[in-house]
Amino acid sequence: MPPDTAPDNAVAVAVGDVPLQSAPRDVLLSVDDISLSFGGVQALSHVSFDIREGEIRAIIGPNGAGKSSMLNCVNGFYRPDSGTITFKGAAHSEMRPDQAARSGIARTFQNIALFRGMTTLDNIMTGRNTMMRRNLLWQALYWGPARREEIEHRTKVEEIIDFLEIQAIRKTPVGRLPYGLQKRVELGRALAAEPDLLLLDEPMAGMNAEEKEDMCRFILDVNEQLGTTIALIEHDMGVVMDISDRVVVLDYGVKIGDGTPDVVRSDQQVIDAYLGVTHHEE
Amino acid sequence: MEFLYNFFVAPFLDIAGSPVFFVEVVLTGLLTGVMYSLVALGFVLIFKASRVFNYAQGIMVLFAALTLVGLMEHGAPVWLAVILTIVVMAALAVAVEGLMLRHLVNQSEIILFMATIGLAFFLQGFGELVWGSNVKALNIGIPDEPLEFHGVLLSSFDLIAALTGAVLVVALALFFQKTAIGRALRAVADDHQAALSVGIPLKTIWITVWSVAGVVALVTGIMWGAKSGVQFSLSLIALKALPVLILGGFTSVPGAIIGGLIIGVGENIAEIYWGPAIGGAIENWFAYMLAMVFLLFRPQGLFGERIIERV
Repeated sequence: MPPDTAPDNAVAVAVGDVPLQSAPRDVLLSVDDISLSFGGVQALSHVSFDIREGEIRAIIGPNGAGKSSMLNCVNGFYRPDSGTITFKGAAHSEMRPDQAARSGIARTFQNIALFRGMTTLDNIMTGRNTMMRRNLLWQALYWGPARREEIEHRTKVEEIIDFLEIQAIRKTPVGRLPYGLQKRVELGRALAAEPDLLLLDEPMAGMNAEEKEDMCRFILDVNEQLGTTIALIEHDMGVVMDISDRVVVLDYGVKIGDGTPDVVRSDQQVIDAYLGVTHHEE
Repeated sequence: MEFLYNFFVAPFLDIAGSPVFFVEVVLTGLLTGVMYSLVALGFVLIFKASRVFNYAQGIMVLFAALTLVGLMEHGAPVWLAVILTIVVMAALAVAVEGLMLRHLVNQSEIILFMATIGLAFFLQGFGELVWGSNVKALNIGIPDEPLEFHGVLLSSFDLIAALTGAVLVVALALFFQKTAIGRALRAVADDHQAALSVGIPLKTIWITVWSVAGVVALVTGIMWGAKSGVQFSLSLIALKALPVLILGGFTSVPGAIIGGLIIGVGENIAEIYWGPAIGGAIENWFAYMLAMVFLLFRPQGLFGERIIERV
């Protein structure tokens, strides 16, 4: 069965040469009936969807649709007014961002949020923070186990640097790097946490065609080689339709579409939302 | 003419005439400088972690010293009083995080700065309320005798104080540059949200940093308090840290150390050799003048992060 004829509820759409799976993949994260408002503005209302293990899930929608708010709820920056988020079987009505990070959610930001004064290497090392097990005293002494641990983490970070092909800028303070590379370092920092779920907020915004192509390749590689589940927000429809397994469409905080790229692409409501058509009969 | 001679010639003749005395002047300057470094370090730690210029740092020095003396007056032995004071400073850190910083996340720096001014007034009043406002002598049993090495005279108290300060400064510098916590701290300093997203708990970092700054304040308070008595003017030595910070950069631990040493040595040399030409009391303003000259040429300080603005 070619992927483009997969029905709405079919799970695994073959990506590249990965064989189509017969059994549905487990749900990794499920968002149930989430509502969020800022003052009088309803950013999200009763949004529900799920993300299954190993898939690339895109969240799309016009500006101000609530996409970033959704991501911020998932990683704990925002506390939803109501609803639950279930991650790896554990339901949360609220979670602090550092707890979310520890439970295996890593993310990047729409406006790059790197530690600008630190080098590429140190930035990515901070991503290992949740993996550091030695206590304060050992770290203070910087001796014995803490030192060994630091070396182990360093090895892992070097692997990520190789993976993202950023060896040359290892020691460069990230504030001096061009935009596209900063985005890549930010992805590296998120990967360093070896997350179960990777949230990417407009990973390709502001990039030129070549940088976009590179970023697409990295995202697909992360998904295929490391098996990381990815949820991404992206405005470039070509990219979204190419790389994602399933797409959620938000408009004014309401979910108006959910399914494979082809289903979503041909959904009248989605088309209208993007074209700004008003329906008089509704 | 005579002034020019006194200013440009005589000091150098004096230095050449008695090199041993010059060494003594430099060493005494270095010993004072370590103490300046220590005060500056308190500022740098907090500034790095929370981008707050902690106006209350000077008062924290006074408050720590007051608490120590107060406990000793109530009969606690020195070691117990020191431990209890550290506990009090840690409790203060917890309170500052819970009551102040937590509610001001993502606020602009000036608002945090204003909050520390409030904290300073509170601590000053609270310290005096609990421990009284009279001048107290602090004697923790460090001997103060003149020592002589090859003709160079030094005070044993200054030497011990400087050694203590040096050990603390080096330990902290290593801690924050080399360990994972240090990296987490620098991460928090750069971007709160990003730090949270990689799982760094802001709360723990802030409490750690303010506690360490409290301990630094205590050591500073002990050393200066033993010299000049524990009184309100103790909190003013924090002002001496400002030129040190401008020299060393607000974000650099090594900068605070080197800056403190430069100012300590500089003002001592200026006072002893150039003091007579100008009429003395140079050490009161020398540090600020040096800082001003520095600001003209290296506004980011000796080791501060380069300021690069893209247009």
